[in-house]
Order: sequence, then structure tokens, then C-alpha cells
Amino acid sequence: MALSREQVAMRVAQELQDGYYVNLGIGIPTLVANYVPAGIEVMLQSENGLLGMGPYPTEDEIDADMINAGKETVTAIKGAAIFSSAESFAMIRGGHVDLTVLGAFEVDQNGNIASWMIPGKLVKGMGGAMDLVAGAQNIVVTMTHADKYGNSKLLTDCTLPLTGVGCVKKIVTDLAVLEVRNGAFHLLERAPGISVEEIQQKTAGKLVIEGNVPEMVFN
Amino acid sequence: MAGFNKVVHSYEDAMAGLQDGMTVIAGGFGLCGIPEGLIAQIKKMKTKDLTVVSNNCGVDGFGLGILLEDRQIKKMVASYVGENALFEKQLLSGELEVELTPQGTLAEKMRAGGAGIPAFFTATGYGTPVAEGKETREIDGRHYVLEPAITGDFAIVRAWKADRYGNLVFRHTSMNFNPMAATAGKITVAEVEEIVEPGELEPSQIHTPGIYVQRVIKGNFEKRIERRMVRQG
Repeated sequence: MALSREQVAMRVAQELQDGYYVNLGIGIPTLVANYVPAGIEVMLQSENGLLGMGPYPTEDEIDADMINAGKETVTAIKGAAIFSSAESFAMIRGGHVDLTVLGAFEVDQNGNIASWMIPGKLVKGMGGAMDLVAGAQNIVVTMTHADKYGNSKLLTDCTLPLTGVGCVKKIVTDLAVLEVRNGAFHLLERAPGISVEEIQQKTAGKLVIEGNVPEMVFN
Repeated sequence: MAGFNKVVHSYEDAMAGLQDGMTVIAGGFGLCGIPEGLIAQIKKMKTKDLTVVSNNCGVDGFGLGILLEDRQIKKMVASYVGENALFEKQLLSGELEVELTPQGTLAEKMRAGGAGIPAFFTATGYGTPVAEGKETREIDGRHYVLEPAITGDFAIVRAWKADRYGNLVFRHTSMNFNPMAATAGKITVAEVEEIVEPGELEPSQIHTPGIYVQRVIKGNFEKRIERRMVRQG
């Protein structure tokens, strides 16, 4: 069965390593914070200028001057640092953030990503996404494998305006985990109960399948 | 008082000299850290054809959103404008020009503008619509886009504490774009929660040195929250 949003987040959380600085985008990526594996410590970066983002505040802790990049009220953990937007993007652009997790409309086999604009619909802006994909050491994209009409979102070439070129390394969809390298999607894992054939059928770009593809394991 | 006293006591004085067609750089991220009273004063002055540079354009009825009501903004330079129905309407009707700019590039444009750097190369936006028409260069095998700096006739910022020298300290994540905006204005006006005596701010803890700030006014802030999220405690 296709993974739920929470299961996608759980699988992405397995990519976290002890000591990582991580930026989580809006939507499913935000949920990853709920599934940090036991025994490891990560620092969450919020691009409005917070390193060491904590959980939402209690009613008593709410402070209008303490928000995250989604403009939600938030807290800072002990050991957090707060800084300006220029400083925040210096650490992003400068490659100091170990992992960025973000959503996308489309990804292609060359690691290009489209996530901010659908022509003909209202353009709301790219926010920090273009800086994040240009700067992070490692980028994981979360999205559904196909749209609601069954059209693949893993393409030969993105059709929508790009957010960044050649930057996506790994994709976690509701059906599979894939790596992007050498101009192809490499199938690493299947969602439990999902066949290689179904993934093949829903992947429009070049898909490389080597040997037996294992099912994802959730603890 | 002779010497350095940048404190003004009315919003009229704070925004004196603002004229039609000027560029105003505004600090803030969403509704966090915005100079509420200075924005209200611009609305009151009915200044038109403004170019406003800010990460966002407020919401309907609050923040920079109120300057859309009387069509005071001709052009908006921002990274994200998704929270504003009036903005959408004026954008689609062609009344409002918008230059969407990646958030980090926007911050750096302000920083560069204030620091006397006319333009800079960044990998952000290479190969995307943002790079269209701009000079690009390959440096050590990576592609970069040349982005021009931004300066403003006015910069309006919100700070927590200031002294009469214009030294500023920001509170929590309301810092955001305010320090860079403060450096990039010909006239920088800081609306602050508290004005303290010189010496009360620890010199090494000052976020924005007073040299960047021309006017300081004590404001009263509503501090509206855009997305109130709470955990059960």
C-alpha cells in the first residue's frame, strides 16, 4: 500500500544522522521532526533566522516575536541561536546545512526540481527554496510518486519552471525511495506491498532497477 | 540637544521627506518584526508609486498590505506574497509590478547595498526564471548568477531596544531582515519598543550600530500572530 504522509516522514527521518544540521520545508518535511531516531541529536534550522528550532509553544509560551519559516509560533531549544536573514542564508548558501528536506511538484532524472510555480495559476513566490536547493550538501525531496490523475512526477525533464538544477540526490515518495545519479532514477526501496512494476509504470523518467529491490523497513 | 540624538517624537517627523516614486526597504518576515506605525504613517501620507522591498507584503488589512488599499505601491520586490488577496487581485490586473526574488538573494541584496558592494554572484536561481536576462559566470565548475544590490531612499525597521545614538537590538526572530534593511536606506528609521539610556546596551551585543540609523521613534505594537500554533503543555 502507498505510504501515508506520516510514513513518508518516518522514512525520511531514517536519513538523519547524529550531529546533522537540517532544514525542513513546509508540509510532509515538517513532520520529519516528529520521527528523529532515538539516540541521535539534530539541530533544526529555520531560514527566518533560527538554529535550534523546538516544538510549538504552550499557550503560556506563545510569543509573536518567535516564529518559524512557516510563520507559525514556535520555541527555541536550549543551545539555539538566532540571527539575521543574511546570516541564515550565508549558512545555507555556504553549504553548512547538512540536509534539506522539501516538497516538489516535479523532479527529473538529472536532479532538476520544480517546486514553486505553476504557470497560469497564481504565483506566490519561491521563498527560500531556491537558496536551499542551491546550497544544501544533501537534498531529499518528498512527494507523491504520481499526481491524482496518475501522471508521474518523476520525469525525463521537468515541465514546470525550475527551482534548481542538478541538485536533488534522493527522493522519498509514497511508493519508493530513489537515488538520482548519472541521469537516471535508481530504485533503492519499495513501499511495503508495492511492486516494482507499479513503480516502473508510475515513473516517466529513466528508471534503473538492479537486483531485488527491498521493501522499506519501519521500526 | 547637540550631538547625536536621533530620537523623534512624531510619526510625521519619522517619515518626513518620503515622496512619490521613492524606494522603501522594509524589515520583517511575515508579520513578525514589522514597523507597524511607520507603515501606518506611509498610508496616512498617501505617498504613491512606491517601490517596496520586503520579504512579504503583509496580509489583507495589516502590515504592508494596507498600502495596497489605496494603490500606493507600484512595484513590490519580495520572495513570497501568498497571504494577500488584494495583492493577488492587483497583480493579476496588472496594477502592481512584482519582482519575485529568492529569500537569501533578497537578504544579500540588502546587505550588499548597505556594504557598498554593487552586485554579487550566487548559485541561487541559476537555470531558473530568476536568472533570465542576467549575467552568469562559471567559477570552478559551478554556475552563478550576477545579482545587483538594493538600496532604498528609506529603510523602515522594527527593533526591540534603541538608544539615542541609533544603536539597535532586536528581539528573538523579529530580527530577520531588519539588520540588513537598516544598512541599505539613505534614511533609516527604526521604530522600537523601548528607548534606553546610552550605555545600557552592552556594546558587543548591539545588532545594528547606530551609524546606519538616522531616526528612532518609540512605537506601540499590536504584534499580530499569523499562524498561532500551540502544543498541549
